[in-house]
Amino acid sequence: MSHSEKAAVFNKNEAKVNWHDKALWYVREKRDNAAHGVKGWEYLRELASGIKANVLSNLDDYLIEFEANALANGIKVHWASSAEEHNQIVSKILEDKKAKKVVKSKSMLTEECHLNPYLENKGIEVVDTDLGEYIVQIAKESPSHIVLPAIHKTKEEVDELFQEHLGTTPSNGNPEYLTNEARKHLRKKFLQADAAITGVNFAIAETGGIVVCTNEGNADMGSHSAPVHIACMGIEKIIPKEEHLGIFLRLLARSATGQPITTYSSHFNKPTEGREMHIVIVDNGRTEQLSREDFRASLHCIRCGACMNTCPIYRRSGGHSYDATIPGPIGSILSPGKDLTKHSSLPFASTLCGSCSNVCPVKINIHEQLYSWRQIITKDVKQPLVKKTILKIAGVVLSNRTLYNIGGKSARFMLKYAPRFMVYSKLNAWGKARELPEVKNQNFDDWYKEKRKNNG
Amino acid sequence: MKVGLFIPCYINQLYPQVAIATLELLEKLNVDVYYPSTQTCCGQPLGNSGYEEDSKGACQLFVENFKEYDFIVGPSGSCIYHIKKHFDILEQTPEVVKVRENAYELCEFIVKILGKTEVGASFPYKVGLHKSCHGLRGLNLGSCSERMEPHYSTEEDLLNNVKGLELVKLNREDECCGFGGTFSVFEEAVSVKMGKDKIKDHLDSGVEVITGADHSCLMHLEGLINRDNKPLRVMHIAEILNKTL
Repeated sequence: MSHSEKAAVFNKNEAKVNWHDKALWYVREKRDNAAHGVKGWEYLRELASGIKANVLSNLDDYLIEFEANALANGIKVHWASSAEEHNQIVSKILEDKKAKKVVKSKSMLTEECHLNPYLENKGIEVVDTDLGEYIVQIAKESPSHIVLPAIHKTKEEVDELFQEHLGTTPSNGNPEYLTNEARKHLRKKFLQADAAITGVNFAIAETGGIVVCTNEGNADMGSHSAPVHIACMGIEKIIPKEEHLGIFLRLLARSATGQPITTYSSHFNKPTEGREMHIVIVDNGRTEQLSREDFRASLHCIRCGACMNTCPIYRRSGGHSYDATIPGPIGSILSPGKDLTKHSSLPFASTLCGSCSNVCPVKINIHEQLYSWRQIITKDVKQPLVKKTILKIAGVVLSNRTLYNIGGKSARFMLKYAPRFMVYSKLNAWGKARELPEVKNQNFDDWYKEKRKNNG
Repeated sequence: MKVGLFIPCYINQLYPQVAIATLELLEKLNVDVYYPSTQTCCGQPLGNSGYEEDSKGACQLFVENFKEYDFIVGPSGSCIYHIKKHFDILEQTPEVVKVRENAYELCEFIVKILGKTEVGASFPYKVGLHKSCHGLRGLNLGSCSERMEPHYSTEEDLLNNVKGLELVKLNREDECCGFGGTFSVFEEAVSVKMGKDKIKDHLDSGVEVITGADHSCLMHLEGLINRDNKPLRVMHIAEILNKTL
């Protein structure tokens, strides 16, 4: 199903759309307030964007520097060119350690690689420990947002889900009670874990260390209690120096949730004595995206989700309507790079309003990249015949004044005199909920000829 | 100063009153204005749909029609943005560069080039301003709610000087209305929902007339208003600025 078809289904429940829209708009407003509190916010964005551009231009050097420093710290470093390779590496580490129970903190990369089903197939229990991720995991769904994975669920729905999976008593969606019950359950999982998997927010080339940002402290809980810590990162997570964290950490949490900083910004520089720490560095299509000049800046992304919160389409169509690991505006420029045909409707799921580019803390020109993908998709992916024909004809008509006159006159004639049932038929998507403009007797050309005879 | 009046295709065909108001307003402001009679369209509908290549003929014709003018002025932020931003698909001859550099949205032309914010209009109604995205975020006609910058607005500067007009503050001052060109038909459900929410914001804020510098957004909102019989009117900002009631 295309984005528009899924969005139409989502819009069947208008009350839910309103709720979803308001919940995310609230986060957008929190972000505005938080950003207003920072003097030089726009300058910070400029700096962050510049640093990311520098990283991408020198990625090979930075990655090698990072690896060397991480190795020197006693961290084991692995390289994966694809999702498959990533999963094999993680699985091999777990196998070597005879690890059967794994706790995982939030990582969009492992979602992208579909690590959970891969490990589960090998008889390993994987528990997502971020509350939102845990909710979607037990609901057997995928995250609908990269920061707020369960934002598509109401607290009442979570209540029912927990009754079924955790045996909670009905609480009418009491968030405190439900969170506490999840915490009790997850605590056991942390204590029993053989290994912890985390994502990576920033990998620092000069130190070989990584930083993981969470609000729940679950990355720390996992990695501190389990004997093995595996951190999985995309190649673009590099920042050159530790001091650059001062820019990125200030931008990240404010952009994501409107907090001045995430509750935990955990620095992992080396394994605890007697324990193991692994970093898996993953390409999985990123180098290819890097090679596309128009779309390179999409790799600046620090996964804050601000573009989703501000996107009027995302808020009214839900994350699942994008059918991609990363939904929303940023997902709509990343996903076509992975599978153009599958994701060809996504760059069109936008009015090109530009709000996403304006909130982006690393200044990705998201709406311009959406426009650029559209130009590629109409060439490389088979288009609906009617749409293609209409637009091709329009191109000819609009470049020829005589044809334009005829076209304008006949369209106006049709709109004015055709019977309502013909104009407002199933074929006219405009007219389903909207009236067409009322046609006047004259167009401006005619008026001008009549009233301004001596001009033009 | 010779000004070429650019009337977007859909305004020419469907909203001649907007074009007339634009022309009359410019004449009132003593602008030497001409209407090149062989103009058609800026090519935006094609570009936004991914058929930029097929729009080259229309873009070239646009340049031919307007290359002789010092300024090109049109009552549509979106079309002007397209000319400035996306005419990069043409060979950048001196004419193309000149047209791109001197294309102005009507309000911006009045405020920036003519240096006027008072145009002698009166319009005693409660007005809600729809800040269309391409004018706002593309042409920088005003400050955007996402950006941490001092507040300014070209359209507000003009409307605040209209006698009797009360400019109403909205809850979401610059959220997109959901028109988006072909988006309005290919993503019908979301487009309509966005428009309905926009209209609700105006109604909740006590607006009588919605105005803006882009009639395409207003066409979408008007379509919803008329279908649902909402107590609202839409008028292009040129129509208000040209009114003396």
